[in-house]
Amino acid sequence: MQDLEKYILRIADSSLILSHRLSEWCSKGPTLEEDIAISNISLDLLGRANSLLEYCSKVNGNKSADDLAFKRDEREFYNFQICELENGHFGDTIIRQFLFDSYASLFFKKLSESKDETLSAIALKSIKEINYHLRHSSNWVIRLGDGTKLSKEKIQDSLNKIWKYTGEFFEMDELDNEMLKKQIGLDNKELKNQWDIIINETLEKAKLNRPKDGFMMTGSKKGIHTELLGKILSEMQYIPRAYPDAKW
Amino acid sequence: MQNGNIDKIWNILESVPDPEIPVISVVELGVIRKVEFFENNYIISVTPTYSGCPALKTFQDDIKAQLRENNIHNFHLEIVYKPAWTTDWMTSKTKQKLKDYGISPPEKTIECPQCNSTNIELISEFGATACKSMHKCVDCLEPFEHFKCI
Repeated sequence: MQDLEKYILRIADSSLILSHRLSEWCSKGPTLEEDIAISNISLDLLGRANSLLEYCSKVNGNKSADDLAFKRDEREFYNFQICELENGHFGDTIIRQFLFDSYASLFFKKLSESKDETLSAIALKSIKEINYHLRHSSNWVIRLGDGTKLSKEKIQDSLNKIWKYTGEFFEMDELDNEMLKKQIGLDNKELKNQWDIIINETLEKAKLNRPKDGFMMTGSKKGIHTELLGKILSEMQYIPRAYPDAKW
Repeated sequence: MQNGNIDKIWNILESVPDPEIPVISVVELGVIRKVEFFENNYIISVTPTYSGCPALKTFQDDIKAQLRENNIHNFHLEIVYKPAWTTDWMTSKTKQKLKDYGISPPEKTIECPQCNSTNIELISEFGATACKSMHKCVDCLEPFEHFKCI
């Protein structure tokens, strides 16, 4: 696999898997408005994943975007582990979304300066949508954190539980360094300062405590995942695998 | 014809309605960025409104069908992402059409499309389609959709 291909897959997979997770809320949202909101965000992520996988398919030359989404196994997926976590209760979903949105808003802003024109164009398009998502997830963090005793307890608990999945956002490996050198990719470590600012400001408004950085999960850059990804793939890939020639 | 008849293509495109908001055309929506004639082929550049907008596929199919109905077969649709679509590309005439249809157009100050009041409440930042949010007029109590500014 070419370097560029793998780099695109990493970005695409996080969008795709998180989109699939959010789609599980469809028809089960806590209110009709939130059901629609989460489904909308899921659709934006799916659209972004599609644009990226289409581009990856062009770089690859042999596999279609659908092949890439539906015919890869667990170890060939490179999404952040945070994206595959279960939806849990609404607070868990909101915290996962807030941590991811705040990171994504910075990542795509920087990616829009990429020398790779397609990546830069997709990033520019994505930023507008991500900022909207971030406003939505931050508002909920504040509302639930600064809400009732129970809502505060529950969302602080979600934050403590999911925190260890945020370390992956800022990792750099050989491929990242290679892409950075070619000015296609970016320095993930550089995003950390600004991310801290967004997180701290929102948590302060929400009267929540920032968890201490302790043990951080890692591995997705090498295709190592929690046991949850396999379950997502078996659901997501079932139809195209069972009926390989099906058209829809 | 060496240069093709680009005006004719634009005219045909103007007759393709937006699948979700049929009072405006895909041209008025601003998603048709360019029509060119190159090596005997019309190249039509189309940009998505929102990345995941389900109407994207539908309006591409509608455009193709409408061109073929007008006996144009030598064309190719190209998806472009840059510059990213913005509601600033909508003309005031298009915005008026949205308002007449009951959708508050993409303006900084949101007005009730029924009674023009600016005394409104947000119901949800996300509506039935990615491009709209939901509001309620405090004066006439009518709920309505607003086409978001992006």
